Amino acid sequence: MEVLLSSDKIADCITALADEIVSQTSRTDKIAIIGIRSRGEVLAKRLADILSKKLGEKLPCGTLDITLYRDDINNPQGRTQHIVRSTEIGFNIDDTIIILVDDVLYTGRSTRAAMDALMDLGRPKTVKLAVLVERTGRELPIASDFTGYKIDLPADKTIQVNFIESDGKDRVILI
Amino acid sequence: MSKNEFIWNRKHLIGLRELSREEIEFILDTAKGFENISTRSIKKAPTLRGKVVVNLFFEDSTRTRNSFTLAANRLSADVIEFTEKVSSTRKGETLLDTAKNLEAMGIDIVVIRHSAGGAPKFLSRNINACVVNAGDGYCEHPTQALLDTYTIRKIKGSLEGLKIAIVGDIAHSRVARSDIYAMTKLGAKVILVGPPTLMPSQVSQLPVQVSYSLDAVIGEVDVINMLRIQFERMGANPFPSIKEYSHYFGLTVERMAKAKKDILVMHPGPINRGVEIESEVADGPNSVILEQVTNGLAVRMAVLFLVNQAAMAKE
Repeated sequence: MEVLLSSDKIADCITALADEIVSQTSRTDKIAIIGIRSRGEVLAKRLADILSKKLGEKLPCGTLDITLYRDDINNPQGRTQHIVRSTEIGFNIDDTIIILVDDVLYTGRSTRAAMDALMDLGRPKTVKLAVLVERTGRELPIASDFTGYKIDLPADKTIQVNFIESDGKDRVILI
Repeated sequence: MSKNEFIWNRKHLIGLRELSREEIEFILDTAKGFENISTRSIKKAPTLRGKVVVNLFFEDSTRTRNSFTLAANRLSADVIEFTEKVSSTRKGETLLDTAKNLEAMGIDIVVIRHSAGGAPKFLSRNINACVVNAGDGYCEHPTQALLDTYTIRKIKGSLEGLKIAIVGDIAHSRVARSDIYAMTKLGAKVILVGPPTLMPSQVSQLPVQVSYSLDAVIGEVDVINMLRIQFERMGANPFPSIKEYSHYFGLTVERMAKAKKDILVMHPGPINRGVEIESEVADGPNSVILEQVTNGLAVRMAVLFLVNQAAMAKE
């Protein structure tokens, strides 16, 4: 096990993500943050807090559960069973710039599922993807718009993101 | 990363008697994730796309059948509606032959209602498709009990320690049986109320209390589930008159005055207005009868999702 990002580095990455988002959006844009369960949810909340402070207004923040949209429900890839949880988005996403947030971008399959799930909720103006870690190995034509940390890894390696809210401590490790 | 210690591995839902508390709670927790599909602009998810569900109903049904059809449609499955009255069963085809023939068309999930207790179990042993029991004889109606407990849990938070009265025609009620299994497993105390002629003969073997007086229990219960008098199943007259039954066991405005202020009034439908429940009560502020119907959809989506997931995992 190797620690890729310490707690301080994670905080720096999230701040940098927020700065990048601010620099690429205008004051008049209607922006909302949506995190993909489960680590994306934590990251989205932190990002929304920082952005709300920077922009001086509270940004709407929600959570998207993508289980029903996954491409491995009828074609399971391992022994893991996906658990259906609730999507909690308490605002209208129509004509909004959605910052879709996930912890890791790898194959791109979760992002694909998330985009389909979002489209069933309304018609956003734009969807942008923000991730803490981006690793090589895309299986679909998907790219992130805002990236905290980039790494090139062989397929047998796993990245695990831990957050205080869900795991007791902040760190990104390589297994 | 959190580990999913619990794995759902049943590709059939036959009854709640065989399910553990953990399994029942897992279905209810899963159902929560399906609730918002019904309230958003596009009321559909692609989860069961390419799957075929057959509604194999050998008995009349409005709510349950429509609810299963809509649940399957909302998950993008195709649905075949089988109705006994217009099918080859009338020409003497057996249950197994009917099911085998449907299976030969490539169906994935059979939702069956049958007047013979044990029909879903029998089917599950003889076909490869998933089998979901939508009511068999006087045995079980698991999805009704799941939506009942889901409704109670949603409003009361938990069933632990609640007192629940199930009133009326217990003997002919598969809903009552499934309710008893689900509610007691989730920690509620169940009191069966009705005339002795409508109590099942083996009632002492069930984990319940029995009372022959609604007036004696109305003041102490948190939930009251009024069962329908099943006129179509009654041979000999179990009570002298409908009027007399209503007098002793009907949920009237007068009786409601003696109940807890936050009592939940439930009914599995269809209602015989003025027989087991007065209209003012069925449509009153304590009634959750229509919430039950709404929640039934989420529960049935969850059940279809789970049995399919288990079937996929085994392949």
